[in-house]
Amino acid sequence: MISEWLVWSVFLLPVAAFIVISLVVRPLFNRYAVVSGLILIVCLTISFLISVYVLAIVASGVNLVFEAHDWLILGSAKISIGLLVDSVTAIMLVVVTGVSLLVQIYSLGYMKGDPSFCRYYAYMALFTASMIGVVIAVNIVQLYAFWELVGVSSYLLIGFWHERSSAAAAAKKAFIITRIGDVGFLLAIVYLFVQSDSFGAIGLNSLHIPDIWIAAQPLAAGGAALLGGTGLLFLTLGIFAGAAGKSGQFPLHTWLPDAMEGPTPVSALIHAATMVAAGVFLVARLYPVFEQSSDTMLIIAIIGAVTAFVAAALGLVMNDIKRVMAYSTVSQLGYMMAALGLGAFGPAMFHLFTHAFFKALLFLCAGSVNHAAGTFNMQYMGGLRKSMPITYVATIIGALSLVGIIPFAGFWSKDEILMSANVASNLTVISVGTIVFILLLAGVFLTALYSARMIHLTFHGQFRGGGTREISDAESRGVDLGPNVSSHVHLAESPILMVVPLLILSFLTVTVGYISNPQWVKSVFGIPKHWITEFLIESLPAYLNMHSLEFDPLVAVISTVIVLIGLSIGSWVYLGSRYASPNPSEDPISRLGPLYVILSNKYYIDYLYENIIVRKLFYTAIVGISDAFDKYIVDGVFNGLGIASKKLGRALTMLQTGQVQLYTIVAVAGTIILLAIYLASGSWN
Amino acid sequence: MSLESLLAIAAILFCIGLYGALSRSNVIAVFMSIEIMFNAVNLTFVAFGRYITPLAFDVNLGSLLTGQVFVIFVITVAAAEIALGLGIVLALYRSTNSIDLSQIVRLKH
Amino acid sequence: MIHDIAFWSLSVITIVSAIGVVVTKDLFRSALLLAVFFVGIAGFFFLLSAEFLAVVQVLIYVGAISILFIFAVMLTSDIQRGNPANRMQVVAMVVPALLLVAVLLGVFTSQWVELDAEVQDTVDLVHTRAVGGISESEFAAAVIDDEFSQKAIQEADIADLLVGEYVLAFEGVSVLLLGALIGSLALARGKGSR
Repeated sequence: MISEWLVWSVFLLPVAAFIVISLVVRPLFNRYAVVSGLILIVCLTISFLISVYVLAIVASGVNLVFEAHDWLILGSAKISIGLLVDSVTAIMLVVVTGVSLLVQIYSLGYMKGDPSFCRYYAYMALFTASMIGVVIAVNIVQLYAFWELVGVSSYLLIGFWHERSSAAAAAKKAFIITRIGDVGFLLAIVYLFVQSDSFGAIGLNSLHIPDIWIAAQPLAAGGAALLGGTGLLFLTLGIFAGAAGKSGQFPLHTWLPDAMEGPTPVSALIHAATMVAAGVFLVARLYPVFEQSSDTMLIIAIIGAVTAFVAAALGLVMNDIKRVMAYSTVSQLGYMMAALGLGAFGPAMFHLFTHAFFKALLFLCAGSVNHAAGTFNMQYMGGLRKSMPITYVATIIGALSLVGIIPFAGFWSKDEILMSANVASNLTVISVGTIVFILLLAGVFLTALYSARMIHLTFHGQFRGGGTREISDAESRGVDLGPNVSSHVHLAESPILMVVPLLILSFLTVTVGYISNPQWVKSVFGIPKHWITEFLIESLPAYLNMHSLEFDPLVAVISTVIVLIGLSIGSWVYLGSRYASPNPSEDPISRLGPLYVILSNKYYIDYLYENIIVRKLFYTAIVGISDAFDKYIVDGVFNGLGIASKKLGRALTMLQTGQVQLYTIVAVAGTIILLAIYLASGSWN
Repeated sequence: MSLESLLAIAAILFCIGLYGALSRSNVIAVFMSIEIMFNAVNLTFVAFGRYITPLAFDVNLGSLLTGQVFVIFVITVAAAEIALGLGIVLALYRSTNSIDLSQIVRLKH
Repeated sequence: MIHDIAFWSLSVITIVSAIGVVVTKDLFRSALLLAVFFVGIAGFFFLLSAEFLAVVQVLIYVGAISILFIFAVMLTSDIQRGNPANRMQVVAMVVPALLLVAVLLGVFTSQWVELDAEVQDTVDLVHTRAVGGISESEFAAAVIDDEFSQKAIQEADIADLLVGEYVLAFEGVSVLLLGALIGSLALARGKGSR
């Protein structure tokens, strides 16, 4: 057994770091800003070690149950704070603290010399702490509080360079769009709150997550079957709306690519471990509830698959290397959501786990490339392979893992998702499962394609000038690029502090897949077959009867073939002589014609949101209505009140004759009335 | 002579004073009426002080005199009031050449 | 007996003089009747064995305030207009009458808890000698030979209350008097005499 405070300290250490950095280091020792980074790294190291210890304990089969502490009691609804430590939590803790730790080490090099170094680490500490808070929360209100804190800290970090208007706008966009989804989540919580009486009648707390699981279970499985029908549908859809907003599911994905305005390590953290994982985690956390609503599950599966495909297509046309990766993240999150929707709980969480590592790796590589080339625009890179061999190899490893080539982590997790989709699609001829399976396979092809394009544009061919050239090009077109691009180009490997995390993450990306596999062998290195998925399924109630799928060579072969085709096409297009010179002609992707136009405009979704919905609909219609309401009803009421009281006042001034004696008479008359009442009440003796 | 008769006399005097204060239009007459009311109240203080047992017998005989102390305060305040009030009357008279209350309606809206 | 005669005659004097103050047309006569009224009240105080207050009443009201009123009457030449009634006679009559009825109702229906007859002497003694000491003969007249209560009566003194329990009010009143002094000076000087 493990003491509750040890688990709490995983969360409290980053909180302490946040407090110390923001209240002590920043105001008093800003000259020694590097201290703040070291404080956070030390705290996170301890957190990480405790997390590993917790994982080891949970993995050894111990069921950690901690009593929740009362916080607020509102009628029959009880808001408690406590720990919910199951296998999902344990894995997430390790991922969050581990990836965050590596990102913090990397940031020491990447953010070196930034004037707001302390602020950066304070935000990072808050961000990590909030995400840990989400992971360990036992009460849904507690979870929601940290959920919103994740939103706030991501807002702060995306807008970290707030003096840049694009960063401020991106931060606002991220905040508002995730908030749209959060409204759904909040409504779901309100629904649960309203249900507190019926929950309380059988001794359950409607806000306590394990109690919600029980409430959703059918009676046959020993549950309470309190949630069902339309209520359950809207409850789950509301929660999913929150999850979709945070996890950037179509059509709420538009904030994620813009979030690239933040510092690159922030993007790595957002995309790998903290923010976007929160959405998938939320669905996983309430999976027993979702499982009871087949309609919601279908919607999740379809939205996930559509996101996987649509975002991968967008990744093809982006020139900014971070945006490519951002759409790649959206796409991979789509895979996870689709898997959850298809009931493949284990594979989804496993993919979240592996994705955390290889996506963090890819983002840190992007940062490393930027450090050398001074820009994120891949059209001005090229040939970096020679000057940055470690980054090159790390990127290759990350990309191969992303597309799912066999020895790397991504293969194993994505393969499990595809197998689940395959199983689902076999049920009937044309079903949701079939559509999802096809979309996911298409997504795999597109992933391979954009990965190849990204690697070739960045590392192969001739170097095309980097930031210096981009700035001069922009000047000749009269465009100001802002501080996003620096003319400081020095083609060399990044400093050691940035390389070490790359190496660690590369190593993990290669090896971490084996905690599930080999799927066709009983046991390797003491890890049993399907260990991770079986372990994750342990957190679910037994009646769901979940089990891992057996390895299916057919699916593996199909996906590998698709990946290889995608990579070959990509290489054929981008490795040609076109990019051999420092002055290439147009990007061949633009030859797709109208499709390219649609893609490079991101399906016009931003246009739809900003110009149609916000400008036209909101500004003219809604604002017009509320303006009229304000003008005629609100103002009318208040003006009416004003006029009425003016009239009344005028009437009342008639009483003010200035005759002091009249006033006195009135006062005495009042006294007499009081006296009469007193005497009539008979209470004086 | 009993408490009731004293209180009744005081009430009659008070109401006479009140009538005067309400019905006279000369400010000085109003002041005089107010003095009558003051004295009526003083009379009740002293009467209560003499006839009604305060807890004084258990605590301190000195507090039997509380009623008288109140009267002293009332007299003092009344003196101050009269001094100021008559000062105001004189100032008023100087500026408006009238001390008719029904003419002095500056408080009117 | 003699007390009752004194009481009723004082009652008649005060009420008649008060009515006189209120209804007399001549302000000067009003002021003189007011002095009579003050003296009557002083008589009541004396009758209620509040001898100190009776003296104070004569000194301040009869001696000072009445004179002030007479001065004010003489300084304002409105005298010839007399003391006219205003236009609210009926109301001004009805309201005090109602008040009187209400108060009298309260006075006569209440159950007053009066002092026991045997302690009345002690109370009277304390009231009479609110200032100054009490001689042996006075104690003898009041049949108080208990040394302990003699001492308590000796010590009961209005000054003790004024500068003891009510010292705050006492100081407040002194400030008020100072303020009134300065205020009436400022008012009386007026604008022109600066």
